[in-house]
Amino acid sequence: MREIYLDNSATTRVMPEVAELMCNIMTGDYGNPSSMHLKGVEAERYLKNSREKLASILKVQEKEILFTSCGTESDNIALLGTARANMRRGKHLITTKIEHPAILNTMKQLEEEGFEVTYLGVDSYGVISLTELEEAIREDTILVSIMHINNEIGSVQPIAEAGALIKKKNPNTYFHVDAVQSFGKQKIYPKKMNIDMLSVSGHKIHGPKGIGFLYISDKVKIKPVMFGGGQQGGLRSGTENVPSIAGMALAAEYLYTNYEEDVLKLYLLKKKFIEEVTKIDGVSVNGVKVVPENTENSIEALAQYLASPHVISVSVKEVRSEVLLHSLEDKGIYVSAGSACSTHKRTPSATLVAIGLDKPLLESTVRFSLGIYNEEQDIDDAVKAMSEIIPMLKMYTRKR
Amino acid sequence: MFTSFLIKYAEIGVKGKNRYVFEDALAKQIRTVLKRCEGEFRVPKTDGRILVYADTEFDYDEVVEALGTVFGISEICPMEEHEVGDIKEIGKKVISYVREQYPNPNFTFKINTRRAKKTYPLSSMEISAELGSYLLDEFEGLKVDVHDPEVAINVEIRDKLYIYSIKIPGLGGMPLGTNGKATLLLSGGIDSPVAGYMVSKRGVRLDAVYFHAPPYTSERAKQKVVDLAKEISKYTGPINLHVINFTEIQLYIYEQCPHDELTIIMRRYMMKIAEMIAKENDSLALITGESLGQVASQTIQSLGVTNEVCTLPVFRPLIGFDKQEIVNISEKIGTYETSILPFEDCCTIFVAKHPVTKPNLNVIKKHETALSEKIDEMMERAIKEDEVIFVSFENRQK
Repeated sequence: MREIYLDNSATTRVMPEVAELMCNIMTGDYGNPSSMHLKGVEAERYLKNSREKLASILKVQEKEILFTSCGTESDNIALLGTARANMRRGKHLITTKIEHPAILNTMKQLEEEGFEVTYLGVDSYGVISLTELEEAIREDTILVSIMHINNEIGSVQPIAEAGALIKKKNPNTYFHVDAVQSFGKQKIYPKKMNIDMLSVSGHKIHGPKGIGFLYISDKVKIKPVMFGGGQQGGLRSGTENVPSIAGMALAAEYLYTNYEEDVLKLYLLKKKFIEEVTKIDGVSVNGVKVVPENTENSIEALAQYLASPHVISVSVKEVRSEVLLHSLEDKGIYVSAGSACSTHKRTPSATLVAIGLDKPLLESTVRFSLGIYNEEQDIDDAVKAMSEIIPMLKMYTRKR
Repeated sequence: MFTSFLIKYAEIGVKGKNRYVFEDALAKQIRTVLKRCEGEFRVPKTDGRILVYADTEFDYDEVVEALGTVFGISEICPMEEHEVGDIKEIGKKVISYVREQYPNPNFTFKINTRRAKKTYPLSSMEISAELGSYLLDEFEGLKVDVHDPEVAINVEIRDKLYIYSIKIPGLGGMPLGTNGKATLLLSGGIDSPVAGYMVSKRGVRLDAVYFHAPPYTSERAKQKVVDLAKEISKYTGPINLHVINFTEIQLYIYEQCPHDELTIIMRRYMMKIAEMIAKENDSLALITGESLGQVASQTIQSLGVTNEVCTLPVFRPLIGFDKQEIVNISEKIGTYETSILPFEDCCTIFVAKHPVTKPNLNVIKKHETALSEKIDEMMERAIKEDEVIFVSFENRQK
């Protein structure tokens, strides 16, 4: 059976070039970058090189790249580190209701430490209101944290506009962006967009798991949350994960080298999938608008209607999401039920509740997420599978 | 330092001519579990007793833990081993033994001597008396009580000298394999692993049947059942786990029968299939984790209706247990943590809000006639496509 992987927002296949590079570093250039001898110098060179690549993609300084173990750690350092370092200036934080648990649960921790948090709502497309944001910013607001692309429905927040607004209203307020789902799918320039901190994860961009980075503007006052041997300027102690860092940087470089071509391809695949899948009775797609017929095939034009290029949230009336997921799995098609991070809990997804999805659909929503290795055939097969499975599953819905 | 163990067993002692069958089975299982431990061991049967000798260094706690998973052991007695010397030397060893094992020697005691080496110059009685007086001289807090001592210090003189007094309780029960084989209906819940453990404790080897309903139950739910089987196989020995795809049958019942009878009719077909598998694999009984009144399908009426489809005896060792009592055992045997993992079980989408609690056999049988067209064929197919997973604690990842 052919494997059709449509769960790229959960994780991605590592690029072969990345795996090869990592293997070489692990078995050959395995030194500790802190060692004084040649082996250490070699390893340090990989770090420097990786920093250069990532800094040039974001157009920031190399010293503003901090390597971490994952997106979650990046978010934790950004939030805990700045909140605790700046609490004398104020104890007010702002975020949204549709953030990843890495943000929401860290905010909960800060609330326990005495901070006040404002949670911004979203409209039915999952987008925040800039007016609401502006009203929420106060004299004592020290940090605003907004995710760029939502992991469950793929909505895209107006990050550049938000950045400008925050700095206009209170120049002392820091702006953190969780870019775990958007890095590689959007062009992000922190300096131009007034972003002070940006979280990125390696395994969502065809790099390895267990690695991420945080861009931190050199103007940000921040405290470490982990202590040790003083690596990375003391902000994130611990021997750097050299092979994974190099792997992540190489993956990022590939993605941004082929950016226009790949991202346009993703948008066209998403557009086709939505057009086809909504023809099936009872199927609807969340967080997107209908693409008018004469729309130009360009990233900018399609983004207006389709939001993110890769996340597709699909609701199927009267079909339980897990059942649909396992039925697709039987045909070699891998998707998520809502968000992979929510499968361990029985509570409905906060994001789906926030966009005001009809109650019966909350447990009937699956997520397809595309990646650069997907082709049109995958989309055709997935739609065909859905059109076969759904009528069958509908025969056996709960009797009332 | 302890270098060997005396293994005591209770019920085997009363068996007659075939006593050796039980002892052999016990020794065999002891050898099996000792493979989990570092070191080399010998497990001889001598003088109607089973001994465990360590030939190399070993981890005492690890060995006691392993022996603690063997059914049929009533007590585990760790022994010290020394060269046999004259009575004064033996006295010194016994004194240092007491000093080491009882930092605060304040109890009544008696000495039991066994003199297997008949060439030893003193009789058992004399040795006991002599050693007793050495101890009384040495420790002020000791008193002799030959009738009901707090501590019985055992001294055995063979090729070597053995001293023991500590008794670690074993699991009890009967050695594995001395009471045939039974088939356990294993779900992912708390009860069924405990039921399997309890029957196996009486010397019964296990097979298990799990009813899988993809896409309504997930691969993870199946993995959970495999994990549970592996956890109880620590005690019960290897298990052949039969995974039966039940989806087709479940949906057919759902289509054809009254909704509030779905669960009870499903249970009847599960029992039927389990019995067919049991008979094919020489199992002599079925085991379920049912507990009277726990859920709708476990009322006395429901149990009667499900029981009716079987000819093999159905063992329900938890029938009179409260939930908390079952939880306590599952915690003790180590299955609880796995049992409560929340994996999606979408079978619940079929369950009626108000299932029948007092089903009537005749009514159920009448409603089952609606299944007559396809059900035999479906059961045959389910059994034919049975996936058998061999599960053994001894094969786990180290």
